[in-house]
Amino acid sequence: MIKPLIKGLLITLKYFFSKPITVPYPEKKVGSFPRYRGLHIIGRKADGSIKCVACGLCEAICPANAIKIEIGELEDGMRYPKSYVLDSWRCIFCGLCQEVCPVNAIVLTPQYENVAYKKEELILDRDTLLKRGDEVKI
Amino acid sequence: MIDWSLVIFTLVKIVIVFGCVMLCVAYLTWIERKVIAHIQIRMGPMYAGWHGLLQPIADGIKLFFKEDIMPRMANKVLFMLAPTISIIPALMTFAVIPFGDYTTFFGLLKNPEPMRITELNIGILYIFALAGLGSYGVVFGGWSANNKYALMGALRGSAQMISYELALTLSVIGVVMITGSLNLVEIVDAQKHVWNIVYQPVAFVLYIICGIAELNRTPFDMPEAESELVAGFHADYSSMKFAMFFMAEYANMITIASLATTLFLGGWHGPFLPPLVWFIIKVFILIFFFIWVRATYPRVRFDQLMKLGWKVLVPIALANIFVTGLVMMILN
Repeated sequence: MIKPLIKGLLITLKYFFSKPITVPYPEKKVGSFPRYRGLHIIGRKADGSIKCVACGLCEAICPANAIKIEIGELEDGMRYPKSYVLDSWRCIFCGLCQEVCPVNAIVLTPQYENVAYKKEELILDRDTLLKRGDEVKI
Repeated sequence: MIDWSLVIFTLVKIVIVFGCVMLCVAYLTWIERKVIAHIQIRMGPMYAGWHGLLQPIADGIKLFFKEDIMPRMANKVLFMLAPTISIIPALMTFAVIPFGDYTTFFGLLKNPEPMRITELNIGILYIFALAGLGSYGVVFGGWSANNKYALMGALRGSAQMISYELALTLSVIGVVMITGSLNLVEIVDAQKHVWNIVYQPVAFVLYIICGIAELNRTPFDMPEAESELVAGFHADYSSMKFAMFFMAEYANMITIASLATTLFLGGWHGPFLPPLVWFIIKVFILIFFFIWVRATYPRVRFDQLMKLGWKVLVPIALANIFVTGLVMMILN
């Protein structure tokens, strides 16, 4: 009866002298894997205009109905998103929009720090997504 | 005619001991959190000060400014009395504990002063009497809140404290028989060459087990079993009343550790280092052991607890007294 008690004490003593595995988060970061599905971005073409052609496939496939697109048309017949609203409160980060996109416009990056002080800050419009695309490395 | 210098000296000593004990109590929470965290390979408090050293102060300020809630159906007098009645005896026990032999405060005083507040020739009885009073705090706290969880905690606490106090007291009797005195200073003086733990190893183990049970710490934390009783007897307490229960618990921890040091581990005796340093080292090793045990063992069931107390510890304590007496009779 005494032996297992002492064994338990020795095990806890061993862990007392081993190094903690805690990562103090804001100072040190573990990072994420390359295929992690985090923050959304929308890419730009080589000339700087938006890649998205407003085909509406992402809006159609989104299981959480997080994407709303308003279609606009240029004079040469090219379609572009007049407004592109992504409610990242509704988003479930499944990545189907990225898979279905024919021009690789919307991409989920491995960035995982997706926090804001207000709910409105997480309802992303076209310009926010484009700006994020400029900042965030894929 | 009152000897005013004696009064002033005693008052100064009381203030010093009170201050040191309160500081220790505050920092024991930090030590406990750190030790348990490192045993669970975590880091514990890290942000308030260097490695969380200011955490106890931050906690104290937070508790001080919290809302003081009084349950509507509570018995108000007992509800207010319970934290007080648990902390005052816990602090009063430090009056007789000998921290060291004589000191001149680095040559400041002409006559060496004994490093204890007072010397009582029934020191052990005094400490056990006050420890018995402390259990009223648990009982009143659980009863007055008019909450069934608190009442269950108090019920368990009183049953546990009564049964373990018996074994605790009996385990000390062996030491008293060897020394032939109830005076803590004489007991320490008698251990100048050989510590009592050599003569009384069984009593020491019994004392530590019963001490942990008396402190209501894991694995015997029946009165405040979180997973069954929310927080047991202090479930309804908030603000400084809650803090007083906690301070009493940690002060009792220091008392049990210092009494074990005095009775079994030779008190302030030790080579090379000053007596007070030896005393503090021994006390803190025992406190570390209490925390270590808390981080290792799960809580025992209530019936197992009572069975262990009455069917194992009390008979062993009685047998220890018998054997001690027999050996003393043969050797004389």
